[in-house]
Amino acid sequence: MLEVNSVIVRYGNRQILNQVDLHAENGKFVGIIGPNGSGKTTLVKTINNIIKPNAGSITVDGRSIDTMSSIEIAKNIAMVSQVISINFEFTVEDVVLMGRTPYIKGAETHEDMEIVQDAMKKTKILHLKDRFVTQLSGGELQKVIIARALAQDPKILILDEPTSHLDITNQIDILNLVKEASRKGMLVIAVIHDLNLAAYYCDKIYLIRDGDLISSGTPEEVLTPSNIKTTYNIDVEVINNQITNSLYVIPRLEPLSKQEPVVISELI
Amino acid sequence: MPKYSGSVRSVIIALAVILLIVVVSNTAIGTTNISPVLTAKIIYMGLLEWVQGTILWTLSLTGIPFDGSAFFNSISPDVTWTDGQEMIIMGIRLPRVLLAALVGAALATAGCSMQGLLKNPLADPYIIGMSSGAALGAAIGFTLLLPIQLISFIFATITIFVVYNISKVGGKVPVDTLLLAGIAISFFLSALTSFFLFFSESLHQIIYWMMGGFWNASWDKVKITLVIVFTGILLSYRHSWNLNVMLLGEEQAQSLGVNIESVKKQILVISALITAAAVSVSGIIGFVGLIIPHIMRNIIGPDHRGLLPASTLMGAIFLVLSDTFARTFPSKVQALLESSDIMLFQVILERIGSLQGVDLPVGIVTALFGAPFFIYLLRKRRKSLYA
Repeated sequence: MLEVNSVIVRYGNRQILNQVDLHAENGKFVGIIGPNGSGKTTLVKTINNIIKPNAGSITVDGRSIDTMSSIEIAKNIAMVSQVISINFEFTVEDVVLMGRTPYIKGAETHEDMEIVQDAMKKTKILHLKDRFVTQLSGGELQKVIIARALAQDPKILILDEPTSHLDITNQIDILNLVKEASRKGMLVIAVIHDLNLAAYYCDKIYLIRDGDLISSGTPEEVLTPSNIKTTYNIDVEVINNQITNSLYVIPRLEPLSKQEPVVISELI
Repeated sequence: MPKYSGSVRSVIIALAVILLIVVVSNTAIGTTNISPVLTAKIIYMGLLEWVQGTILWTLSLTGIPFDGSAFFNSISPDVTWTDGQEMIIMGIRLPRVLLAALVGAALATAGCSMQGLLKNPLADPYIIGMSSGAALGAAIGFTLLLPIQLISFIFATITIFVVYNISKVGGKVPVDTLLLAGIAISFFLSALTSFFLFFSESLHQIIYWMMGGFWNASWDKVKITLVIVFTGILLSYRHSWNLNVMLLGEEQAQSLGVNIESVKKQILVISALITAAAVSVSGIIGFVGLIIPHIMRNIIGPDHRGLLPASTLMGAIFLVLSDTFARTFPSKVQALLESSDIMLFQVILERIGSLQGVDLPVGIVTALFGAPFFIYLLRKRRKSLYA
């Protein structure tokens, strides 16, 4: 159970988050959407205590994260950020083992190694375990980072745009995996850019613009043409996708007519 | 104990054995010829006497009567050497070899920690101004006739504190700021050192000191350095896992529960202390702290659980070998020049005077051999060396 109450974050004079509230129970998949620069990443980093809020409170199961040590926070909250590459020749297993950092005193135990194995199994990267992370594709690497977060055995799993740079197969692979984790009782909070993926996977969506919470609720409540017009300033049609039985957001673009060939001399 | 992969463990064990062999064999090398076997016996005897002495002393405190001399005599080798030989080995060469090993170990460990902490392949133990601080201390010490070792240690330590506090922004120390502040302070301190050099009567001594060497090795220096360096190195090893996690980025490390600012501070202080301890007995020996960690990273990978101890051992080996070269090479050249009847050599010999017993600054040797080898590594490896 995560409660974010009227959190305010400022960088100098700029207000990045303006009294944002977020309440979510275990086992839910919560999406955070909004345009670039709206404060989504700041919000998730604040939840993870990487950024300290100027005002407001964040509690996990009723306990304020202010009162927790960094190790306690790490046992409760895991963060998966967009990792483009790791430049050091650690093996996949080593990187996943790093998820056990808050639990390891001195040296890792047999139990730690079992949890690591399990996390790699769940993310289907067990066959990569002795490979160097420098040799992985973007999708594989992202799975390694998720396995590391799972090895952290958190109550809350935060993902900051985990799939934006991945191909469609990997996007779906990874979101399915995370969805599975939420079904098993983990609270998942994901910053997602693709509105349709958000509509399909999320139980609850928070829509943010310029640090203000514009709307929150089920995908049906949040993803309305008027909300999207206010935040993204584009006209959309929202339909019910029969195939996935979820909402589908279609930008109302003018159909591209056959264009007259451009005469270069005119441009000059 | 941390988990090493099998190959890493064997590399470390091999390095430890090599270090032992290097220490003994290099103690045997010098102007007076003493065979390695005899050297080993003399060292073994010295060690036995020390152990026996320590045991007796400890027991005398507790009041338990114990006479282990029979036992110790039974495991002692027969004395087949002269007092003079013992004096050369135990009094002169061994402390020097051990001091070189300790300084090499300290510099390589500190360099490895700094490269990991700053995530910068150019980092070495001196990068944030420690050497400039120590040099200024030595310059002041030589000029005002103060104890050099103490004052350069103090100056090196103060420098780190100043740099750290300059870089602190709102309770955090951003790595880039730390590096830049270190460089700025280095320039400032170097200017002060030059100022002293310009006016000092002890110009020669200061410059010799700055080139680095083990001319003044003594058992006292070995003991002080041993205590600081050994403790510091062990404390560094405690952070090897944190260094690994921090290589993936500070934010990730933080969300994995690593208290990064505290770890940073601890590693900086530990590295500063062992570097200061090393510099204060040996002067400024470059290159060891930079290349040894790179070479070991190239061999066993970036995992600091193996990388740190391997760097420690390799640093010790490398500096012992370099120092042996520094103290024996000039005499060898002399012999070569004398035995040759090429006219040019005779002329050279006349111009430079005698090389017999000349002791090169070891800093020259480390860079002279280290740099080409490092360039070879850079060229051999296709991808970036720092990974």
